[in-house]
Amino acid sequence: MMKVTRRLLACLFAAGMTTSATSAAAESIVLASTTSLQDSGLLANILPAFTAATGIEVRVVAQGTGQALATAARGDADLVLVHDPEAEDKFIAEGHGGERRQIARNDFVIVGPVSDPAKIGGGHDAVAAFGLIAKAGAPFVARGDKSGTDALEKRLWRKVGRQPSLASGDGWYKDIGGGMGAALNAAAGIGAYTLSDRGTWLSFANKAELKALVEGDPGLLNRYDVILLDPKKHPIAKHDAARRLSDWLVSTAGQAAIGAYTKQGQQLFNPSAAAPK
Amino acid sequence: MTDFWTTVGSGEFVRIVALSLGVSLSATGLAVLLGLPLGASLAVLRFAGRRPLIIVINALLGLPPVVVGLVLYLLLSRSGPLGELGLLFTPGGMVAAQTILATPIVAALVHRAMNGLWTDYGGALLVDGATRLRAIPTLLAMGRLPILTAALAGFGRTISEVGAILVVGGNIAGYTRTMTTAIALETSKGNLGLALSLGLVLIGISVAVSATAFALASGDRR
Repeated sequence: MMKVTRRLLACLFAAGMTTSATSAAAESIVLASTTSLQDSGLLANILPAFTAATGIEVRVVAQGTGQALATAARGDADLVLVHDPEAEDKFIAEGHGGERRQIARNDFVIVGPVSDPAKIGGGHDAVAAFGLIAKAGAPFVARGDKSGTDALEKRLWRKVGRQPSLASGDGWYKDIGGGMGAALNAAAGIGAYTLSDRGTWLSFANKAELKALVEGDPGLLNRYDVILLDPKKHPIAKHDAARRLSDWLVSTAGQAAIGAYTKQGQQLFNPSAAAPK
Repeated sequence: MTDFWTTVGSGEFVRIVALSLGVSLSATGLAVLLGLPLGASLAVLRFAGRRPLIIVINALLGLPPVVVGLVLYLLLSRSGPLGELGLLFTPGGMVAAQTILATPIVAALVHRAMNGLWTDYGGALLVDGATRLRAIPTLLAMGRLPILTAALAGFGRTISEVGAILVVGGNIAGYTRTMTTAIALETSKGNLGLALSLGLVLIGISVAVSATAFALASGDRR
């Protein structure tokens, strides 16, 4: 018995040691960001160049925008990279955020089944499309996770004039409370409509019968902002290293890396630091 | 399938497997260190509060991982009471979360096994003049295989768990990404085939760990 115990403990110990020795970069920062930038593969693609240039390792925690801002507000991140202008304004107004810079933009698309029961295909008016979906009672998958996409979706419903919910009898409105990928998987599974950022949509590998149906509405603009933390409110955050990342993202090198990221020949994000909208 | 082989062949993947095993085995080791004496004491010793403690430990078998993750997140957050430790979004924090999940399992199963042995041999051991406390090592030696099963049950809980380590670890690429959080991520990218293949690798690893543990135990008996 003792021999077994000793052998098992030795194995455990060895395993524990290997784990703690795996990561040993000089400096690291925590970037709270959105699921769209992770699921689309952008951050994994461009950050190694930053680390190579500066020696700073970036630990990306990908959450919805609402959660990412909350994480930073609690002091658990060194900077944020998110996409919900209204939530960002609030974050800055509450004194958490310092300098905000736009790094890239693309747009949102309304995707849905090729059969298109609500007949929204080919349209360029998101509010009108949402109205048609509600009128037809066609299945719609909602994020419901306080992400940037969730916030835009709720703003669009407000413009339609009603916020659908299961409680008010809208059985077609499925609030899944999950990330963009989970919402697209759900929509693909049941042939539903959903609102997606273009980056996640283009890189999503399980499209099944889904198709982008409505795009090109100026109201579907999607902008990504990097926000530094306020040093007075968050004295422990690694401000210098965070600033170097923020500087790099808007630099010529960073902007070129963002613009060069493609999936199946399509550019996913437009670098926009020079001409923010 | 090309996706699968590119992924499995990469250094990133090796790191993910090493981290999964490292975190889960460390947590299982700690759970055994805590749960073994606890479970044995509950079977052999008689003290005030023993029954309520048994009930609590058995109730904790159903501890929801995501709740453990959330509570630990609030404790380890820089603005939380244990923020100074800097354990949030680190493998150390993940080990803490999984230790909390696995300890009740080990303790409850050890208690169950020791209880049976104590009923059968307790009288004889006490007649031989041993105190209850001194009888514990003898009893543990007799219950070697059930104890191993308890440890493996704890390991099974930790290696398969995703709710707690996703919240506490943050699924950071190259740092806190494990097999289960990688599978969740690939699923959300729509790479369902790749996610499923990784799931099969994970099951294979579990089988290998279990087989190794049993081989060690039966080799020792000869």
